[in-house]
Amino acid sequence: MVPFFRRFSHALIERNLLLLGVLTLITISIGGLVQVVPLFTVESTIERVHGVRPYTPLELMGREIYVREGCYLCHSQMVRPFRDEAERYGHYSLAAESMYDRPFQWGSKRTGPDLARVGGRYSDDWHAMHLRDPRSLVPESIMPSYPFLDRPLSGVSVTERMKTMRAVGVPYTDEQIARAEADLAAQANPNVDGSGLTQRYARARQGVFDGDERRVTEMDALVAYLQMLGTLVDFTDVQPDAVKQR
Amino acid sequence: MPEGSATIPAPVLERLHLSTQPDYVDGPVRAFAVATVFWGLAGFAAGLFIALQLAFPALNLGLEWTTFGRLRPLHTSAVIFAFGGNALLFSSLYIVQRTCRARLFGGEDAGWFLFGGYNLFIVVAATGYLLGITQGKEYAEPEWYADLWLAVVWIAYLVVFGGTILRRTEPHIYVANWFFLSFIITIAMLHIGNNVVLPVGLSSRSYTFAAGVQDAMIQWWYGHNAVGFFLTSGFLGMMYYFIPKQADRPIYSYRLSIVHFWSLTFLYIWAGPHHLHYTALPDWAQTLGMVFSIMLWMPSWGGMINGLMTLSGAWDKLRTDPALRFSVAAVGFYGMATFEGPVMSIRAVNALSHYTDWTIGHVHSGALGWNGFIIFGALYWIVPKLWNKPGLYSTRLVSWHFWLASLGIVLYAAAMWVAGIMQGLMWRAYDSLGFLQYSFVESVAAMHPYYVIRAGGGVLYLAGAVLMAVNLWRTIAASAASAVPATLRAA
Repeated sequence: MVPFFRRFSHALIERNLLLLGVLTLITISIGGLVQVVPLFTVESTIERVHGVRPYTPLELMGREIYVREGCYLCHSQMVRPFRDEAERYGHYSLAAESMYDRPFQWGSKRTGPDLARVGGRYSDDWHAMHLRDPRSLVPESIMPSYPFLDRPLSGVSVTERMKTMRAVGVPYTDEQIARAEADLAAQANPNVDGSGLTQRYARARQGVFDGDERRVTEMDALVAYLQMLGTLVDFTDVQPDAVKQR
Repeated sequence: MPEGSATIPAPVLERLHLSTQPDYVDGPVRAFAVATVFWGLAGFAAGLFIALQLAFPALNLGLEWTTFGRLRPLHTSAVIFAFGGNALLFSSLYIVQRTCRARLFGGEDAGWFLFGGYNLFIVVAATGYLLGITQGKEYAEPEWYADLWLAVVWIAYLVVFGGTILRRTEPHIYVANWFFLSFIITIAMLHIGNNVVLPVGLSSRSYTFAAGVQDAMIQWWYGHNAVGFFLTSGFLGMMYYFIPKQADRPIYSYRLSIVHFWSLTFLYIWAGPHHLHYTALPDWAQTLGMVFSIMLWMPSWGGMINGLMTLSGAWDKLRTDPALRFSVAAVGFYGMATFEGPVMSIRAVNALSHYTDWTIGHVHSGALGWNGFIIFGALYWIVPKLWNKPGLYSTRLVSWHFWLASLGIVLYAAAMWVAGIMQGLMWRAYDSLGFLQYSFVESVAAMHPYYVIRAGGGVLYLAGAVLMAVNLWRTIAASAASAVPATLRAA
C-alpha cells in the first residue's frame, strides 16, 4: 500500500477523462445507494397498522387537484412528533399513512397549517366556502381563492388513473376499477346507495361536498380528499411496538 | 498527448498563447449568455410577484393560472433551471474550449442543438405549470414528456462536453472541468432516478413508481443534490475559471482543489435526508443526513478558501473592478450559506427552522448571493470578450448593480430570519396555563411586515438586474470605434 500512495499522483486521474468520469460516478453513487435501497428492503420502514387503504375514486380525483394546484407548496402533510404539533394537529404521521401516495405530498413549508389530519375537523360546507373565498371565513388568511373549482371533473377518467396506479403498485382490485365511475358518482351523492362503496373502501363517507348534489365537481373531489386525510388509522388500537421503525 | 507542460495550469498557458488559437464555437455561447440575462429578469420578476402575493393575497387575481401554487414552480424553475442552467451552459461551453484549447465537439450544430433543446425544455415545462401540469414534487415539477426531452438534451450535453475534453491539446483536464463533469454526470443520474414514472395513457399526467416514504427519500436525494451539483459543483466550475481570470492570479492551492473536489462530490449526495428531519423517514436515514451535512461544511469552506485566497496579492483589484467584486462577494455568500446549511441540518435546530421562512431565507442567501453574484461577475467579464468589445459600457452601472443587489439580499435574508424564527417560536409557544399560545393564523398575520420587507429586497435585486441588462445591451450594441476600455470609464 505504502509504495502505491507514494507513487500515486492525481495527474493520473486528471489526464484520463474515462477514469475521472468513472471515479466520479462511483463517488456519487454510494450515498444514494446506502440511503435509498434499505427503505425498500427493511420491513419496519412502513409501520404495521390497520386501516390504510387506497383512495376512493372521488378522493383520488381530489388528490389530483391538490397536486395540480400546488397545495403542497404551502401546506405540509407530515405531523412531527412534538408536543405542540400533537396538540395542534394530532398524532404524529406514520409512514404507513402515505404508503399509497404517488407522489408523496409531505411538503416542506407551512405558509398555511399542516393538513395531514385535517379530515373531519371542519364541515364540508366550511371547506367549500373556504376554498371559494378563504378570507370570508379567515380574515387574516393569505391563501388564494379557488372559485373555479365549482366546475365538473374533466380530463383523464378516474378509471384510467386507477389502472395506471395499479400498474405502479397500488393494490386496486378488478372490482374497484370496474366500479370506479359508479363509486365516484355515489360518493358525491348521499341519495345513492353507498353500501358497495363502503364495502370496497372502508370508512369512505358519502356527502354533498360542494353543497350541490346534482353534479360532481372538482370542489366535491377536493373536499372529499381533504375530509379523509389522516382519518384512516384508528390510533386507539395501535400498539407502540407496531409503529417502531428500525 | 503532448508531455512536458504538466506543471503549468491551463489558464496560464492560454494567456501565454503558446500555440495558435483553435476556432472556438462561440455563437451558441453568446446565445446562452443572452438567455441567461433574459431568464434572470423573468425569474426575478416572477419571484417578486409571488412574494407580493404572500403580502397581498388579492394579487392571486382569483384566476386559476395566476395562483401562488402554480406560479411558485414557475419562479423556482425560471431561476434555477433557466437562469442558472443557461449560465452553466454558457460558462461550461466557453471554459471547456479555452482550458482544453480545443474546438467544441460537434461544432456549431451541437452547440445550437443544446441551446434550442434546453430552452425548449424550459418553455414547455413553464407553460405546463400555468396550466396545472405538474408532477407535484418540488424542483422536479416538469411532467414525463418534458423530462424525457431533457434527458435527451442532457446526454447530448455530456457527449459534447466529454468529446471536447477528449479533443484537448492540454495534457491535464483543468479543475473547472472536473466540477462541470461531476455536475453533468450527477444531474443525469438524479434526473433519471427521480423521474421513474408511468404516464397515465398518453395524457400529460404520470405516477411515480416509488410511494410515500421511499418517494420522499428519492425526492430529497434529488432535491438536495440539485442544490449540491447544479447550484454548487457547476458553479464552482465557474469560480475555478472566472476568479483566476478576473484576478489574473493562479488558483491558490492545487492540492486543496483536489481535496475540495473529491470530498464535496462524495459527501454532498448523502445530505438529502436533512429535508426530512422528524418525519416518517426512519431515524437512521435522518441521522446519516445530518452527520454528512455537518461534514459538508469542511469541503465547502475549503472551496471558499481556495477561491478567496486566489486573490492574495490582487485584493486591490476589488477597488477598480466591480465585476470581480461580484465574483468575490459570491464566494463570501457561498461561505455564509454553507455555514448556515449545516447548522440548520442539526435536528434540534431543524425542529425550529423546518417548515418556516428561515428555510426560504437560507435558500435565497445561496441563490441570490452565491449563484446570482457569480453569474453577474461572469457575465460582466465574458460579454465584452464574446462580442469583441474593449470593455463594458459602464463600470459605474456595475457598481450600482452591486450595491442594489447586496442591499436587496440583506433585506431579504434579515426579514426571513426574523420571520422564520418568529414563526417557529410562535408555533411552539405555550401560555401560563399550558395551552398553545397562538392559533396558526396569528402566525400568518405576524408575517405580513416581513413579507413586505422581503418583497422590497426583491425590488432592489430586480432593479440591479435591469441595470445589468441595460449595461450589457449597450456594451454589445456599441460600435467598435466608440467603445472605450473599461479602465478609462471607471467611476
